Amino acid sequence: MGVKVYGPTMSTCTARVLLCLEEVGAEYELVPINLSTGEHKQPAHLARNPIGQVPAFEDGALMLHESRAIARYVSRKYKSSGADLLKEGGLEESAMVDVWLEVESHQFDPAIGPIFFQSFIVPMIGGVPDQTVINTNLEKLCKVLDIYEARLSKTKYLAGDFFSLADLSHVPLLYYFMGSPHASVVNSRPHVKAWWEAVSSRPACKKVTSAMPGSA
Amino acid sequence: MGVKVYGPPMSTCTARVISTLEEMGAEYEVVPIDFEAGEHKQPPHLARNPFGQVPAFEDGDLMLFESRAIARYVARKYKSSGPDLLREGNLQESAMVDLWLEVESQQYNPAIAPIVYQCLVIPMRGGVADQKLIDANVEKLGKVLDVYEDHLSKTKYLAGDFFSLADLSHLPYTHYFMATPYASLFESRPHVQAWWQDLSSRPAVRKTAAAMPTSR
Repeated sequence: MGVKVYGPTMSTCTARVLLCLEEVGAEYELVPINLSTGEHKQPAHLARNPIGQVPAFEDGALMLHESRAIARYVSRKYKSSGADLLKEGGLEESAMVDVWLEVESHQFDPAIGPIFFQSFIVPMIGGVPDQTVINTNLEKLCKVLDIYEARLSKTKYLAGDFFSLADLSHVPLLYYFMGSPHASVVNSRPHVKAWWEAVSSRPACKKVTSAMPGSA
Repeated sequence: MGVKVYGPPMSTCTARVISTLEEMGAEYEVVPIDFEAGEHKQPPHLARNPFGQVPAFEDGDLMLFESRAIARYVARKYKSSGPDLLREGNLQESAMVDLWLEVESQQYNPAIAPIVYQCLVIPMRGGVADQKLIDANVEKLGKVLDVYEDHLSKTKYLAGDFFSLADLSHLPYTHYFMATPYASLFESRPHVQAWWQDLSSRPAVRKTAAAMPTSR
């Protein structure tokens, strides 16, 4: 029996898991969860994810949540010569993958997340974006991207000259961001721009992002 | 040659790395970084950690940053001579370790860190704590701890009935949190309290905590 992902395709964290499943070529079923009706806070979903968020993930008796943990599990379970997203066979390579996974989590996401929320989610629920929040976080994001620019001028991908889960983990929020008026902060940094073009043109990325809504 | 940790031992994220080294029985050297003098933002340290934060970690030619990535590296590198903190030999067990590492990172940390910062760090620097911010995060942390309470009523430790990096990763902020007026959040949740007593009584944890003063 295949694995199940519970969550909406437009959700960035659900997309993170789908991207990983597509990259490793796994069979899976997507069970939609309706956020607008609060389905994620109902008992059936809370039994899968007690935090009441999406996604959740089911593999037989194993129930997981937290998209970054699920992505690690998928990468490990389906590891093959063609899909080694974690490089756990090499102490130094896996260390670099882990460093840039944490950078995504603790440096990139806190800066880009609020911009995404203000630019995409707030208008969708009928509010007015807070331009101060956007500007403050754009400034933060630019400093982070300067570090990425320096890094990617030395290596082709974030963890080294090999594609890894660290690169993939950036796709969901960056996909939305590149469809916003702020894409210039990526496009003005040539190595970051080239890296984004290489990552986003991967078949797995094109497949998953094509199911996500287009632009701000 | 042994490994080096760059950072003040009382810093939460530096302590996360030191506690892991202690648990694994590794030899290491701590190179203090003078926060007050802004040493973490100076070029020699920026070459180790381009984000200008502590800790950084050096093992021969390998330079790492992001404490959670460093901790994984340490747990992996010393696995043959120390405890198995990651359970990477078992797909289900490693999934549970990763899940609770992410819960610490994405749910627990964002709620507990502002409380520690407002209650302990801000007054130490002569400022006034933001009580609204504290109250909001105390409420958030309470909800997170309810999930922990329910979970720890079923297993002895977070990832299962075995101690893992997921438990250890909670040490630094929880240690300081216990010096705030909000320690009762743990006391009123018997399984969380028992888990914390167990964790904080481990020799490696006591040794790390000895360098983390809580009195002003």
